[in-house]
Amino acid sequence: MKAHPNAHDRLHRFTQAVLLPLATLCLFIGGWEAFVYGFGISQIVLPSPSAIALAFSDGLLSGDFSWHLAVTMYEVLAGFILGSAAGLVLGFLIALVPLAERILYPYIVAFQTVPKVAIAPIMVIWFGYGVTSKIVITATIAFFPLLANTIMGLRATPHDQIEMLVSYTASRWQVFTMVRLKQALPYIFVGLDVAIVLSVIGAIVGEFVGAKAGLGYLILQKNFNLDMAGTFAILIILSLIGVGLHAIVSWAQRRIVFWMDTAGDRVMGA
Amino acid sequence: MGDTMTLPHVTTAPPPSVARPSPLAAETLRETLLRIAHVEKTYATKDGQAIHALKDVNLDIGKGEFISIVGPSGCGKTTLLKILAGILRRSSGDIAMQGRDLNGPSRELGVVFQAPVLLPWRTVLQNVMVPVEVQKRERTSFEQRARQLLAMVGLSGFENKYPTELSGGMQQRVGICRALVHDPSFLLMDEPFGALDAMTREQMNEELQRIWTESRKTVLLVTHSIPEAVYLADRVVVMTPRPGRIVDIIPVDLPRPRTLAMHNTPEFGRFVARIRAHFNSTGSLD
Ligand SMILES: Nc1ncnc2c1ncn2[C@@H]1O[C@H](COP(=O)(O)OP(=O)(O)OP(=O)(O)O)[C@@H](O)[C@H]1O
Ligand SMILES: [Mg+2]
Repeated sequence: MKAHPNAHDRLHRFTQAVLLPLATLCLFIGGWEAFVYGFGISQIVLPSPSAIALAFSDGLLSGDFSWHLAVTMYEVLAGFILGSAAGLVLGFLIALVPLAERILYPYIVAFQTVPKVAIAPIMVIWFGYGVTSKIVITATIAFFPLLANTIMGLRATPHDQIEMLVSYTASRWQVFTMVRLKQALPYIFVGLDVAIVLSVIGAIVGEFVGAKAGLGYLILQKNFNLDMAGTFAILIILSLIGVGLHAIVSWAQRRIVFWMDTAGDRVMGA
Repeated sequence: MGDTMTLPHVTTAPPPSVARPSPLAAETLRETLLRIAHVEKTYATKDGQAIHALKDVNLDIGKGEFISIVGPSGCGKTTLLKILAGILRRSSGDIAMQGRDLNGPSRELGVVFQAPVLLPWRTVLQNVMVPVEVQKRERTSFEQRARQLLAMVGLSGFENKYPTELSGGMQQRVGICRALVHDPSFLLMDEPFGALDAMTREQMNEELQRIWTESRKTVLLVTHSIPEAVYLADRVVVMTPRPGRIVDIIPVDLPRPRTLAMHNTPEFGRFVARIRAHFNSTGSLD
């Protein structure tokens, strides 16, 4: 009996996407554990994976992490939504109103060249040690990817699609809603994806500068107490947040920009 | 060969004032739909050069007439079509549509572009419905018509597929349906059958002739196929290499409805030969 080609295909994909990375991870963690114990390395320098796992489950079960996790998530999401909404709106304005471009764009580019991390201390002084300063920092970081990608996307419509619509007497507004907006969506999603990952960084940087709660604050605290395993446990939570948020954006992207095919069975060249 | 040789030239002779109610006179007395006078087009390229694409183009198109345009690649056929579609500005010259200066697209126009230009996020049916949506026409009845057109071009069953799931020739046929869906009285077609195999192409030629006969549309067809041009047209317009000029306008008075069998008649062959002679003389063979 021959295996169904589809089943074979799926098995192949499963091996590639899940089994291989999993095997690599196991090998890495095993090697790490052996390295720490084999060379008798102090847990203060490099904690073993088992110690990190313990700190991780302790932190979660004792409810130690949950408040800080909630604070950081709030900062990330609020900053992301505010920053990307502002980037989106300004992107539309600049792409569609030539005057707005001439007035605003030079300043926005100049603003972008300022490293956001460097203005974090100012934000903390202006907006205090609470969540507001972190939201502002996160928003300034999430802003630019949306702005740049929205502008690029709204300019990406192939000329022949516009000509086609205009030949059927489409108005400017119809050209905008029927093609330009659609053509901009893939770009906007790339912007959202970049912005959401940067937002996590923004919130943590803000908390490093000065905070009373949040995972960044917790990292500093654990570092101060030489609790390396705890620090690593929080790093894992942060990367899980990043992966999770990225996955949500990708999922929405696949739904909404469904016509952009993934590489699939296409030959991309050597 | 000698006696029928004069046939093609007869139609050029009678001026509009001829009172004799022959079918030929009726042809020339047709109401003028489009008057193209001294149209020029010069493109400015990005590196500051000027490309003279069209030179002193003059052509009157009668209402209900079928015109084919042939000419070597790059001679300005698409340029002329886009100018007539109102999506490209002419550099100089006059174009009057039913006596009025043409300065933009019209609802009475259906355009088939050289590339299919389908919107990838729309299904085949939704793509065909674009003109209806743009012009805010009544949806349900036109959707019926869209389905009929798709069936006519052999695409029933593909209504809900996306363009990427279709072959190039199928996409081109969707583009043809889109140009026809709002039942325009004036059709501009830029090599609409270029991506089709010979069999489908002949079938589509017959369909186009049928549509034209039944609905009396005015059609301007750009094609690379000289037999196709002759088979469908009342007049074949021959253009020169760039800058594109009209070198010859050949009235084709073969009886209608034309059949595929006519391709093999000597009369048909003479029209083809006369057009081909222009290509040979300009050194660009089709
Ligand atoms: N947007 C443009 N900018 C500059 N030059 C152009 C532009 N479009 C066309 N041209 C030039 O104008 C000339 C005529 O082009 P056009 O597309 O009308 O040719 P065509 O007769 O349709 O050719 P084909 O049979 O290959 O489709 C060409 O030489 C081309 O290089
Ligand atoms: Mg062309």
